[in-house]
Amino acid sequence: MEDKGRESVMLPFGFDYYRPKSLEEAVTRFQQADQSLKEPMYFSGATEFLTLGRINQVYTEAAIDLKGLSEGKIIQFDQGYLVLGANLTLTEIEEANVFPLLTSTSKEIADHTARGKITLGGNICGQIFYREAVLPLLLADSQMVMVGPEGIKVKPIHEIFHERLLLQRGEYLIQVATESRYLDAPFISIKRRQQWETGYPLITIAALIMENKLRVAISGLCTFPFRSKEMEGALNNLEVSPQERIHNALASIPGPILHDVEGSSDYRLFVLENLLVDVCEALKFGERE
Amino acid sequence: MKLHTIHLNVNDEEQKVTVRSGDTLLYTIREQLGLTGAKPGCLNGDCGACTIQVDGWPMKSCLMMAVEAEGKQITTIEGLNNTPIQEAFVHHFAFQCGYCTPGFIMNGHSLIQKKPDADDSTIKEWLESNICRCTSYIEIEKAIKFALGKNKPSS
Amino acid sequence: MIMEVIGKSVIRKEAQDKVTGRAQYTHDYHTSKKLSGRVVLSPYSHARIISIDTTDARKVPGVRAIITGEHLPLTGESMRDRPPLATGKVRYHGEAVAIVVADTPDQGDLAANLIQIQYELLPVVHTPTQAFQQNSPLIHERLGEYDREKDVYPVPGTNIAHHVKIRKGNLEKGWAESSVTVEGDYSFSPSDHAAMETRSSTAEITPDGTIKIITSSQAPFMVKQLIASYFNEDIGKIVVDTPLVGGAYGGKASVQLEILAYLSSRAVKGLPVEIFNQREQDIMMSPSHIGLDAKIKIGADQSGVIKAMELQFFWDGGAYSDKAIDLTRAGAVDCTGPYKVDNVWCDSYCMYTNHTYASPFRGFSHSELSFAVERTFDLLAKKLNLDSLELRERNAIHPGHTTPTRVLLNQSNVGNLQECISKLRTLIRWEEGPVKEINERLVRVKGVSCSWKTSTIDSNAPSGVILTFNRDGSLNLMTGVVEIGTGAKTVLAQLLAEKLKMDVDKIYVRMNVDTQTTPEHWKTVASRGIYMAGRALLEAADDVIAQLKQMASIVLRAPIEDLEVAHMRVFIRDDPRKGVDFKDICYGYQYPNGNSIGGQIIGKGNFILRHLSHLDPETGEGKPGPEWTVAAYGVEVEFDRRDFTYRLIKAASVIDIGIVLNEKAALGQVMGAMSMGLSFAGRETFYYDELGRVLNPQLRTYRPIRYGENPEYLVDFVYTPDLQAPYGARGVGEHGLLGMPAALGNALSIAANVSLHHLPLTPELIWKTKVGKV
Repeated sequence: MEDKGRESVMLPFGFDYYRPKSLEEAVTRFQQADQSLKEPMYFSGATEFLTLGRINQVYTEAAIDLKGLSEGKIIQFDQGYLVLGANLTLTEIEEANVFPLLTSTSKEIADHTARGKITLGGNICGQIFYREAVLPLLLADSQMVMVGPEGIKVKPIHEIFHERLLLQRGEYLIQVATESRYLDAPFISIKRRQQWETGYPLITIAALIMENKLRVAISGLCTFPFRSKEMEGALNNLEVSPQERIHNALASIPGPILHDVEGSSDYRLFVLENLLVDVCEALKFGERE
Repeated sequence: MKLHTIHLNVNDEEQKVTVRSGDTLLYTIREQLGLTGAKPGCLNGDCGACTIQVDGWPMKSCLMMAVEAEGKQITTIEGLNNTPIQEAFVHHFAFQCGYCTPGFIMNGHSLIQKKPDADDSTIKEWLESNICRCTSYIEIEKAIKFALGKNKPSS
Repeated sequence: MIMEVIGKSVIRKEAQDKVTGRAQYTHDYHTSKKLSGRVVLSPYSHARIISIDTTDARKVPGVRAIITGEHLPLTGESMRDRPPLATGKVRYHGEAVAIVVADTPDQGDLAANLIQIQYELLPVVHTPTQAFQQNSPLIHERLGEYDREKDVYPVPGTNIAHHVKIRKGNLEKGWAESSVTVEGDYSFSPSDHAAMETRSSTAEITPDGTIKIITSSQAPFMVKQLIASYFNEDIGKIVVDTPLVGGAYGGKASVQLEILAYLSSRAVKGLPVEIFNQREQDIMMSPSHIGLDAKIKIGADQSGVIKAMELQFFWDGGAYSDKAIDLTRAGAVDCTGPYKVDNVWCDSYCMYTNHTYASPFRGFSHSELSFAVERTFDLLAKKLNLDSLELRERNAIHPGHTTPTRVLLNQSNVGNLQECISKLRTLIRWEEGPVKEINERLVRVKGVSCSWKTSTIDSNAPSGVILTFNRDGSLNLMTGVVEIGTGAKTVLAQLLAEKLKMDVDKIYVRMNVDTQTTPEHWKTVASRGIYMAGRALLEAADDVIAQLKQMASIVLRAPIEDLEVAHMRVFIRDDPRKGVDFKDICYGYQYPNGNSIGGQIIGKGNFILRHLSHLDPETGEGKPGPEWTVAAYGVEVEFDRRDFTYRLIKAASVIDIGIVLNEKAALGQVMGAMSMGLSFAGRETFYYDELGRVLNPQLRTYRPIRYGENPEYLVDFVYTPDLQAPYGARGVGEHGLLGMPAALGNALSIAANVSLHHLPLTPELIWKTKVGKV
């Protein structure tokens, strides 16, 4: 048996570095590098590229840095939508605070200094599976704007995000668009950790009420973040008692429950149950008249 | 494209350096520019010992490649002199071994500049980005608050 | 005595360097050309090495040498059981197997990735309890053949590297006199020091054979001694330089990277080679904070007076015994905690496991054993329905009592625990009771504990100080104490300023230690810097005073007995205007006509601890350390009874410090240690998989406490002078830590109404205990 995992002071492999200035140039760079078998990759914040690269979990010979693309840096309202560039850092999004639920979830990711480098797109498309920044977008039925060999594509998040963003080869996320009506919907976002207030999530839950229905999205419970129709169906079934709703929701978790150094699967279930109670209470959802 | 000759603006001086694509900014400022105030603590963005300022915001210099830093204003601990936060750290015994200190000071210095009215929760949000293994953090809290207070002409 | 400098919060001498980025640590030194030594670590915790193929790695440009473990001598401080690079088999995940020496780190990494090593897995020993079982896999098959110091007692054919026995009094009698007994089993895994500066060492061998080592170490003199001894080098040719150290906490008292750097340099004709630990390597390869499995049984009468204690400690020494042997002994000698117990049996075993081997950790076994003992004390208090502080006070150790190793205590060599307890009561408002309801979910709960500690350092450990003058009469202070963050060198300058009645700013301190020109200080460990170097310093100061007075008596034509020293002058006591400045005599005195007498004044002082002895192998009788610092602690948490989560609200320590030498520095030491103790107790541990691999070797998964997670800290002192110590000061660098795990465990056990027996005290542990899953 042998093992490849070891750590380096810096990225141990050499690679070409490009910083394209237009959406098309980025795609072209990717395709060229791909033809030369350089295993190209896109990034914008590069934090995960650096940290996983030094432990040999990421490899490329052609790195395409998207942060020079102005389309990826916008924060604007357009025809009833809030459009956020995927290359905005989490700090930029928090400072602008145009989407309070996103601010609230984002503020708990990594730490403040790191959030000055981590980008929205990077967090959503990263390998580290928590991808908490996607939770608000799942709740708000956001539209994902992607660029690839076939040009610009806009897709509802529920079509294109299943466990991870399903990008075609050579595609990258450039913007996310969210209907304005979701921005002021009642929401809550709670991150529970193994201990105290720093570290990866044990469970992060974000919730929002739209048209009197409770929506919840969860990270840290399975190996992917998700919003589950079945769980929401159970939670919104006001025919049964609150306890039963939560019980039914827990029975509809869409994958095996994580069991790792952050916590056992049994414990995560216990934590989730209480979090669901807290979410309902905080949003005053389903309370008997 | 694996080697790049770039210009870095560090502590208000233009510096020309040749770097590999994968060289972190931390590695470049330490090994090429000899600015060893920023410390390697984890090389993984976790501990904050390598924190510097990029365009006035705190940045973990192990999380940035040198090639990303071109055209940005970089300030390292060596670029700070007689600032209120340095004085406050000395006065309040806000360090012992001193290894995390440059990172804490750079983060705190940015905080004072960007959020002069920072309340407890903002201070905590910013400063939990760094690890200090010697002090109890109370000393650092006092130093930061002292320096924030000094920065406010009104109070 | 009114003191001018002692007790003041004198700003540390290296403060300006530290806030301006100018302070230099080992890895900051740049030689003209420094090669990089990259270490290949074992991916398994117990496996036979079938083959190592370096063919591809050697082809990488820039690679100068690849070193593997054959033909190297065994190393280890008390017992030589550790190959510097694994040979035959690996015994822990992260063990060093090979070194690539290359021109740059990235070349070294590239080559290291290309070394092909074939392993065959062996059964893994996961815990010291498992290691103790008869059928456990053996980690050292040739245990009986290792060279060792004569007071080390391995048991060949087992995983027992060392066994310390305490047999005091008559246990049968003790049980007979007990009307209640309580028992508990406790355990926790190894963890890490996580100093912010990872360890690093650079070695160079110059053409004349001088071995120059620069290293981040608490023990530069031990580096010199051990490398000379392991590799048959002339000790005088080894020069070890230690600049400022970026945190140590015991973790840098072991000698490891220095050996690897030396071997690397030797392999490339003496060129300078740096071994720099990245965080993962620092956590996995370099020695860790010891783990423990403990069994405690206490017997007491109805009034709570302890009649008997029986303790078994199975220390998780890891794959090699190194300092774990001393840790095992230190745990035994203070096994009861700070209480009078006439009948004690303790068996303290240093066990081999397939974990990273252990180095000292701040507190040297005491926070660990205290968790087990003090939790059991709370079980006893509960069973007897006694106030838990009352129970501790009733059994508190006093002058006239003896320790488990039968040292007779007196007014000087033990502090006043009762007064510590009494002050703690006030500090934490104990009269309000331990429990305060906030609402149906939240409750605020206080837990308490006590500790004591002596420092079980080598019985012949030396310390020396040299004082020289500058032409203006200011002084230079040279000591082998390493500045690891405690401010010890600044405090030594204060002691000197006090003694010479002069301005502390006129005392210059040499920060770096260089073993060729700095007088030896054994190791900067065990809260012993001020005690030992302080004594040496006072002797050196006396030496300087005597020389100054002798010279002044000639110049002033006055008897020595009539002279005083203060404010950098020597003067006549009853006529202070008649005197001579230091600057006019410290380099000899020159008469107006040019004639000169005397010469440069150099002061020297040394110290060695008195009357320490080895322990009797059958009974443990012996004197392990010079004095005991005692302390009492409280921790208050706000606990959520639904979620089992909690916040740290307050943490309190009352320590018998003897005297405060530098107020803010002392508070910093105590509060910093408390912080580290709470972090250890609340969150820090290694997680292992079924192959014994460390799953969290990064600071994003191994998480020391951060800003804002901390409680408010309350610190008070008791002042019982140690008559042997400089100005009566007791060691205090570790003591804030010792009671934290126990006090937190006691608070949470009350809050959750369960008995918690493991660390770290996470919400999940409490939940699991509550629902019976532990």
